[in-house]
Amino acid sequence: MTGSAVSLAGVGKDYKHFTLDDVSLELPQGSIMGFIGANGAGKSTTIRILMGLIHQDRGTVRVLDNEMPAGQVAAKREIGYVSDDMRLYPGASIAWHMSFIASIFPSWDAAYAAELVKRFDLTPEPRIKGLSHGQRVKAALLLVLARRPRLLVLDEPTTGLDPIARQEVLGALIEVLADERRTVLFSSQNTMDVEQISDRITFIDRGRIVASDDKENYLDRWRRVRFEIPEGATVSAIPGMLDLRGSGRINVVTVPDFTDATLPLLQATGASVIAVEPMSLEEIFLCTVKNRREGVLA
Amino acid sequence: MYLQIIEQIRERVAVGDWARDAEIPSIRQLAVALRVSVITIKRAYFELEREGVIVTHHGKPSRVAEVPNLEKLRGEDLDQHLDRALHIGALLGLSPDELAERLERAAKRRNDEEQA
Repeated sequence: MTGSAVSLAGVGKDYKHFTLDDVSLELPQGSIMGFIGANGAGKSTTIRILMGLIHQDRGTVRVLDNEMPAGQVAAKREIGYVSDDMRLYPGASIAWHMSFIASIFPSWDAAYAAELVKRFDLTPEPRIKGLSHGQRVKAALLLVLARRPRLLVLDEPTTGLDPIARQEVLGALIEVLADERRTVLFSSQNTMDVEQISDRITFIDRGRIVASDDKENYLDRWRRVRFEIPEGATVSAIPGMLDLRGSGRINVVTVPDFTDATLPLLQATGASVIAVEPMSLEEIFLCTVKNRREGVLA
Repeated sequence: MYLQIIEQIRERVAVGDWARDAEIPSIRQLAVALRVSVITIKRAYFELEREGVIVTHHGKPSRVAEVPNLEKLRGEDLDQHLDRALHIGALLGLSPDELAERLERAAKRRNDEEQA
């Protein structure tokens, strides 16, 4: 059976200075979702709600067939959760933590754990307090990965890692998906990480979901169009197109919902199209946040 | 991103790393090997099937087509580059004949480099 590993519908939470509003998303089993947003956009709040760590004021949350927060004890047996504010015992070693987790979770895979120690370039003996930030992050990930949980929930797993460590971590996450019953949800400020390994993208800004879609579909809808206008002509804003830039005859416009009708619309203004270019997730992210803050995009 | 994967696979097929009618990796296997998402490979396979480069059957391993239609694709690719060259040529005020001359010079240069 392949259903949703995570399903949020109309979820809201009110704080004095922040509101999480009408958050709905579906994460199909066997896929990776990258959850992106600026600092303070609501990523961690959403993740804590779906973990049952804080309780929503409105809406329903289902995680691995458990209603949350009521079913959190059953759900957590099968979830591996890592966030920045989780601490390992500073006075104990990675090896001690590994045998501690192994004693609690029967699903612990010692061979896989040993392989991850090597791949993450860790040494099990030193105490946690002597480790670098990157080594601690990798150690925390190893401790959940080796349990082989059905759902991995990672709050900014690659933040503060150097490029080599980032690729080690991303590689390990992709490998989880070789087993199609397992699912990963990770938040990140790094759009390159999300673009590389996600099947689905959820994009949150100021407490609201801006987009939640298949990654390739989402990227495919955005295009940058370069076009040329006749000598002496001027272009004014075209409905549905953003960030018109240019001086003189060459202009550039960003199209958030590119279709077969887009180019004829431009050509009807007398423009001739020079190039239609795909955009990176980073560019889409920046364009969306900027236009939302200026009130141009809903 | 799937466009890059498509190009890589076309090249593998063109040079014979992926032989005609040979079985190819499953979507998940290739995703893990290339460290990209499953959806990216899925989309690439879908497009490659439409182009006739690979054949997929539900529940069976995908294979390279018996006659992968690469010549046509390469032809379309070449036409696009030629259009682009014409556009740049026009910006430089070059006639098609002058462009053809440039192409011959480029071919000669390449030939010399290969000899060296």
